[in-house]
Amino acid sequence: MAEYSALSLLANALKGNKDWKPAWRKPDPKASYDVIIIGGGGHGLSTAYYLAKEHGITNVAVLEKGWLGSGNVGRNTTAVRSNYLLPANTRFYEHSMKLWENLSHDLNYNVMFSQRGCLNLAHTPAQFDDYARRGNAMRHLGVDAELMTPAQIKRLIPALDISSDARFPVVGGLMQRRAGTARHDAVAWGYARGADRRGVDIIENCEVTGFLRDGDRITGVTTSRGDIRAKKVAVAVAGSTGRVMQLAGIETMPIESHVLQAFVTESLKPFIDTVVTFGMGHFYMSQSDKGGLVYGGDIDGYNSYAQRGNLPIVDEVMSEMLALFPGLARVRMLRSWGGVCDMSMDGSPIITTGPLPGMYLNCGWCYGGFKATPASGWCFAWTIAKDEPHDLNAPFTLDRFHRGLVIDDKGQGANPRLH
Amino acid sequence: MLITCPYCGPRDVIEFTYQGDGNRERPDPASQNFEAWNAYVYDRLNPAGDHNEIWQHSGGCRAHLRVVRNTLTHEISSVAFARGDHGPVARRKAEGRS
Repeated sequence: MAEYSALSLLANALKGNKDWKPAWRKPDPKASYDVIIIGGGGHGLSTAYYLAKEHGITNVAVLEKGWLGSGNVGRNTTAVRSNYLLPANTRFYEHSMKLWENLSHDLNYNVMFSQRGCLNLAHTPAQFDDYARRGNAMRHLGVDAELMTPAQIKRLIPALDISSDARFPVVGGLMQRRAGTARHDAVAWGYARGADRRGVDIIENCEVTGFLRDGDRITGVTTSRGDIRAKKVAVAVAGSTGRVMQLAGIETMPIESHVLQAFVTESLKPFIDTVVTFGMGHFYMSQSDKGGLVYGGDIDGYNSYAQRGNLPIVDEVMSEMLALFPGLARVRMLRSWGGVCDMSMDGSPIITTGPLPGMYLNCGWCYGGFKATPASGWCFAWTIAKDEPHDLNAPFTLDRFHRGLVIDDKGQGANPRLH
Repeated sequence: MLITCPYCGPRDVIEFTYQGDGNRERPDPASQNFEAWNAYVYDRLNPAGDHNEIWQHSGGCRAHLRVVRNTLTHEISSVAFARGDHGPVARRKAEGRS
C-alpha cells in the first residue's frame, strides 16, 4: 500500500484518480486471534493501531457490526481539548493532545487537526474565578491555559454578544490555544489504514451475538459471521456497552446510555475561528472547514439507545446559540443527528482489565470520547498487552466506584444525566 | 414524546423531570451493607428495550410516576404512581429477587 505524499497525489490526479487502492482490506475472520477488539469506532481502531505499533501484537481482529465510522466516531462535533481540573483527567487528556499534535504525521494520513483554540465563556465573577482556578490547575501540569477579558474575547469573536444587556453578559473566559478540532471521519480511516497495514484484520458487518467461555473465562465471541476464538477479548463499544455486557451475563454497570444531539448549519463565510463554549447553559460551537457551524448542547436526559434526538433539546440548544450570537437567528440548520453516549456515574471513562477474566473494557466516555481517541487506544493497548493499566489510566478502573475513588470533574455525583 | 399522567392526562415530555432507573432499591438508612449501598448508588440495568423508570410531573401535579418506556423506540407501555404495590421494586420483592 503506497504512502500518501504530494507526489502520489499528483500522479493519481494526472491519471484521473483511478489507481487509488482501498485503504484497508476486507478479510474474512480467521478461527482465532491473539486479541479481538469488539467495536470498530475510533477507540477500537486506535487500540488496534497502538497494539500493533507499540507492542508488536498484530494477530488482532477488530469486529464492527456496521461499517467503519457508522457509530459515534462519525457522529461527534470534532472538538479536541485537555482543559480539565482534576489531575487524573488533565494528565490523560494532555497525553491525548500530544498524540493529536503528531497524529497526521504518525498515520501518514491527514486528520486535519486544527489547533484553533477552545474558549470557555464565564458569565459571573464566581465562574471567572472558577476558570482561573482550573487554568492554574492546568498550568501546574504543564498544559497551556490563559484568561481572557471581554475586550480580548470580542476581538477574537466579533459576532459574540458581550454587551451588558446580553441575557448572560460575558465577564471573561478561559482559553486553551492548543485545543481545536480534527476531521472525525479521517481519524477513523487513518487509524483503520494504519492498523490494517500492520496486519490487523478489520472485519465490518460482523455483529457480536455472544461470548465463548471456559468457566468464568472469556475465550472468544460468537458473531453473525461465525465463532471466533481469542486469548483476549477487548470491548470498546461506547453507547452499546450495556447491551454487550449483558451478552456476557453482566446485568448492571455504572453506566447509562443517553442520546446526545448535534447540529450543523448551512455553509457560511468564515465566521468563527475557534471553539467556543457557553458557561451559563450547555452549548458549544465551532465552524467546520467546509463552512457549516457545528454545535451541540446537553444530552436528551433519559436513557435511550435510539440514534435520534428529542425536540425540547433542539429548542434549548437554539435558544442558547441565539443568546450568544443574535446574528445567527436567520441562519438555516442543515441537519441534526444523535449519538448514543455511555454516561458513567462520575463523568469519567473506564479503561480497565476485566470485569471477567480474559476480557478488557473501555467505556464510559460520556460525550467526550472523541478528543480522547488517541490516548484511549494508547492506554487500552498497554492494558491489553501487559494485563495492567499504564500510570495514565490506572485511576480509570472499574472498581474505583467500589473503592470510593471516583473522578468527578463536574461534581455532579452519581447522576449520569447531569454530567 | 407524550407521557400520560394518571392525574393530568397526556402531556408533553418537557413537563416531566427524569429521575432515573426505577429498579434500584434504596437500602434501609441504618443498613451497613456496603454492597447494597454501592449497587444502589452506582449500578444501573440500562436495558435496550423496556425500561422501568421514575419520572416526576414537575411542571404539573408534581406526582412521581413509574413509567415503562422502550429505550429503542421511546414507546411508553405503562404509567402508574410510583408509590404503591405495583411498581417494579415491589414486583422484584414479591419474586424474591434483590
